[in-house]
Amino acid sequence: MTDKKNWKTIGDNYHAAKFSDPYHDQQIDEMLSRDGQINPHWHDFMKALDTLGLSEMESRHKEVQRLLRENGVTYVVHGERQGHRPWELDPIPLIISDGDWQTISTGLTQRAELLNLILMDIYGERRLITDGLIPPEVIYAHSGFLRTCVGITPTDSRFLLNYAADLARGSDGRMWVLGDRTQAPSGAGYALENRTALARALPNFFGEVGVHRLSFFFRSLQNSVLDLLLQYEFGQLESATRIAQHRTDNPHVVVLTPGPLNETYFEHAYIANYLGYTLVQGDDLTVWDGRVWLKSLDGLRPVDIILRRVDDIFCDPLELRQDSRLGVAGLLEAVRQKNVIVINSLGSGVLDNPGLMPFLPRIAKHLMGEDLRLPSAATWWCGEPKQRDYVLANLKKLVVKPIYRRPGGRPLFGTELSNAELDTLRTRINAEPHLYVGQEYIRFSTTPSLIAGKLEPRRAVLRSFLFAEKDGYAVMPGGLTRCEGETEKLTVSIQEGGVSKDTWILAPEPEPHISLWQQRTGRMQTAGASEGLSSRAAENLFWVGRYAERAEGHARLLRIMLDKAKMGKMGLETSRLGQVSPARLFTETFGDDAREVSELTYLRSMLRSLTGLTSSHPSFANKSEQSLESELLSIMLDTENSGSLVSTLQALVSAAYAVRDRWSTDTWRVMNNIENLCATLEKSIPEDGDVGTQVLTDLVLQEAELASLDQLMIFLSALSGLNAESMTQTIGWISLDIGRRIERALLLIVLCRSSLVAVQDEWVEDLLLESVLAAAECLITYRSRYRSALHFPTVLELLLLDEDNPRALLYQLKRLEEQIRVLPREKLGYRLSEEEQLILEALTQLQLSNTIDLAERSEHTTQRTGLEKLLVRLAQILIEISDVLTHTYFSHIQRPQQLITTDNL
Amino acid sequence: MNYKLIHKTEYSYTHPVNLCYNEARLTPRNFVYQDCRDSQFVVEPEPKECRERQDFFGNTVYYFTIQQPHNQLTVTVTSRVDVSGRERQRNFAEHLSWKAAHQQLHTDVDPEILEVRQYILNSPMIPVMPELRAYAEQSFLKDRPLFDAVEDLSTRLYTDFTYDPDFTTIATPLDDVIKHRRGVCQDFAHLGIGCLRALGFAARYVSGYIETEPPPDTEPLSGADASHAWFSVYLPQLGWVDFDPTNNQMPAEQHITLAWGRDYADVTPLKGVVFGSGTHALSVAVDCKRIF
Repeated sequence: MTDKKNWKTIGDNYHAAKFSDPYHDQQIDEMLSRDGQINPHWHDFMKALDTLGLSEMESRHKEVQRLLRENGVTYVVHGERQGHRPWELDPIPLIISDGDWQTISTGLTQRAELLNLILMDIYGERRLITDGLIPPEVIYAHSGFLRTCVGITPTDSRFLLNYAADLARGSDGRMWVLGDRTQAPSGAGYALENRTALARALPNFFGEVGVHRLSFFFRSLQNSVLDLLLQYEFGQLESATRIAQHRTDNPHVVVLTPGPLNETYFEHAYIANYLGYTLVQGDDLTVWDGRVWLKSLDGLRPVDIILRRVDDIFCDPLELRQDSRLGVAGLLEAVRQKNVIVINSLGSGVLDNPGLMPFLPRIAKHLMGEDLRLPSAATWWCGEPKQRDYVLANLKKLVVKPIYRRPGGRPLFGTELSNAELDTLRTRINAEPHLYVGQEYIRFSTTPSLIAGKLEPRRAVLRSFLFAEKDGYAVMPGGLTRCEGETEKLTVSIQEGGVSKDTWILAPEPEPHISLWQQRTGRMQTAGASEGLSSRAAENLFWVGRYAERAEGHARLLRIMLDKAKMGKMGLETSRLGQVSPARLFTETFGDDAREVSELTYLRSMLRSLTGLTSSHPSFANKSEQSLESELLSIMLDTENSGSLVSTLQALVSAAYAVRDRWSTDTWRVMNNIENLCATLEKSIPEDGDVGTQVLTDLVLQEAELASLDQLMIFLSALSGLNAESMTQTIGWISLDIGRRIERALLLIVLCRSSLVAVQDEWVEDLLLESVLAAAECLITYRSRYRSALHFPTVLELLLLDEDNPRALLYQLKRLEEQIRVLPREKLGYRLSEEEQLILEALTQLQLSNTIDLAERSEHTTQRTGLEKLLVRLAQILIEISDVLTHTYFSHIQRPQQLITTDNL
Repeated sequence: MNYKLIHKTEYSYTHPVNLCYNEARLTPRNFVYQDCRDSQFVVEPEPKECRERQDFFGNTVYYFTIQQPHNQLTVTVTSRVDVSGRERQRNFAEHLSWKAAHQQLHTDVDPEILEVRQYILNSPMIPVMPELRAYAEQSFLKDRPLFDAVEDLSTRLYTDFTYDPDFTTIATPLDDVIKHRRGVCQDFAHLGIGCLRALGFAARYVSGYIETEPPPDTEPLSGADASHAWFSVYLPQLGWVDFDPTNNQMPAEQHITLAWGRDYADVTPLKGVVFGSGTHALSVAVDCKRIF
């Protein structure tokens, strides 16, 4: 009994919070009934919440945010605060009762059926227009109506395959449709990720509250996609049985994304990964012989279905927007020839059109003989004079929306506008009235949200998702709820700072867990050699390998340098070294002390290595008045310097983002840590450009900097460990590993050339050998293996020729040879391909060399010429290999351009 | 009048093009005043795929792709067309006042009128421009028949604007044309359409050819003709009536119609997407011969 009293207390507090809140005391509430009682469908949840306690809930909230952040759930924000924003999830779900949901989902299904019929008519005979049910301007003036798609039959039965609706509960307690999303609805993936995160943070809740699982929906989506393939009568090109067989055995479904800059890119990658489809960008696809193909490492692979997240007008630069870089030239013709299915059908955006709303009830009667079960928010289309007059007279009370939603556009709320703004709006409406609707401003219901450890009311909008099935539509039993961030705002949008919620539909009975792995047909999927890896993805993986390795080598050397500078190990006063400008280090001598001269020589060699490694030449050579430390700092942190550590990390992160779907959750977590660290490092640069050397010196010498380098090393090692142990060793991994090997070999060569080629006196040489061993991560190996003083030929042996040492040059070349051998290529008889010849030459040159000879100083010089020659040649070969691979495997991507005609009289 | 038309388009590339996708709207239309008896496409190099279809406006679209490296693309279309006069249009049109026509266009629920209403809306290359409305209104005097008003408008465009092939390209916005009062046939057609739409009338763009008469006693030069464009206005009860403001004419037997749409963008004679790294040069030759 006591616990019952307690959860009533939480309810009472919420009650009090709601009715003392001037922004929210008017609306009805999802949890509280009109008489202030907790609605029965919230009882189980509130009991569980009470058992947990609000303060514990607050810490679970933090846990949820941490999980989401580490999983890299982001949302790209445009405008002032650009960037990947972490996804915000409120731990209190929106709960909907079973009965209520029945009504909502039947209504949604009916609406989807209706919209499908409308879509088929619009792209068919347009009887709805000629019969006077839809005013022509509602369709013809809508930019989503694609004339070139008229007459195309995208699938045999359904044009609208994927549909989402934004719903809110009005003061009458019913759910109202605020808007339809028919273009390429986003949010289903976020809904799934929300559920996953909440299930991990609040496991008990799901035991105590019976909630419908989301996986059923995705399973049925997969099945529907398969059904489409099986039932669709593909065009004539498909008559060959072999290809028909391919379709059912190993259908190829791709998710077409605009790329990492799109606001919901995370979701594209997430959905592709979850459903087992290939994530592609327009450049990855080509139309050849009337079919759509994926440009993969081993050639072209046919594509059967495209789940597009690119707006249709960008999908084909030939027939649609000519300036689009996101689409595939010839795609429309391939659809027309029935050689590929695009979901949603091209042209479906015309339904994303509030101008249709006032006419839906009549159309429903006309086409289906039914009344609309789910009402739309009252909407007036300004193209009709009477409705326009109403809108203009009531502008202050209404929400004004254009019939065609442009990216970044937002509805205008009359109450928020000044008189001048209202006048401007009136002028705009009068100029082109058919482009606008006025909509009743619905007072959405509020729902409890966790704000600073307490339950507070927030208005919520629910996005529901539907996918066409064989005999109707499957409705996701759940959805993406968004609630307002700042209470004063009238819009509820993630783009404008809103927060998301999980949506719980109560299930009358517990549901079994299902896995998406169960293949309905029971047939084994045969993975192609290239696993659907596009050339673009392979290239990005290659660069992830190179950048990761570069960052690692770079960080290690920086750490040694900072360490040395900090410890003042070299016998010079730290402060004095700190004041010396890099340029002077190279030109001046400091007194006659032999030891001091030696130390300077050592330092110069190391700086040369760093310069070579970071390609930030000539910074150490000729910037005059920079101190050593500030130069080190720049090499580490300066984003303007393309060779700096931070720039390398940024490049690593962006290459990784471009192949977002390829990473395991753990890998992505590590990648996120790297990104965060990178952001922290960037911030540690003082804001004002002209900084005193002293500040920088202090900063560099702070433990924190070294600590972050240590941390970075750990992250990078984790990344390389995960790459080695958690990626299947197919073509994607091979691309990545090739990148790593080439980079590691090149870094080692730079290190050896700058430190070991010049002959130095013994004391300096020892210091250098030790540093090079440390920088190449071989110091411990050397010590444990040779247990002796540093000996030049032995060091060279370990660094260059030891094939058991995973840090040695020979080891890299051997691995490279293995990887290159298995790259897909046409056999040219016994002839080796260009890259095979190159790696063979490199291996032979290295293996034929002799460390005793290499260590010998050449006559009449202070150089080890033999060593220098070998290293220079090897570096050349490695760069050539990188170029050849890029040319052969990665650069299938050519930019399209438009032909222009100017031939008019 | 019978014509034999040869329209040859040639693209030369500085670097080989490996792949290209094209759409041509170069097949003359069939309609009440015109009969296209034959139309042949010859594309070099030989296309891997080619297909014909009707677009939204009923124009014939010839789609082709070339999947082999090439330095030059040549598209030659040879057509035979029979064009008949349209003198009777005027007789039927004379009495419908523009006010009545406007009223009918905006309130009638006749299916044909409902379909035609889309041509009142602005289109990609013809935005709403208030200055066009002011310009057009001068031709729409009280009680004037719509036909006469449009004819007057067309004549005014011919008089007020200078034909200047060096001034504009396809990319020149209508704004600039208005500001400088000069342009080519495409601009004249766009202007006429913009004016009519600004007043709430349905107008569309027509692409085609005009037979140019050689000076007396000389042989017509091959390839001296070129593509042409004009506009068409919808008259309730009568249908579409064409006006050529560039030449201050009503198209009759010397105008050969290729295609129509909302504006140039809907009926581009030849467009394409090519994959290659270089730039291209274009040459077009049109040959329009009477056959007796």
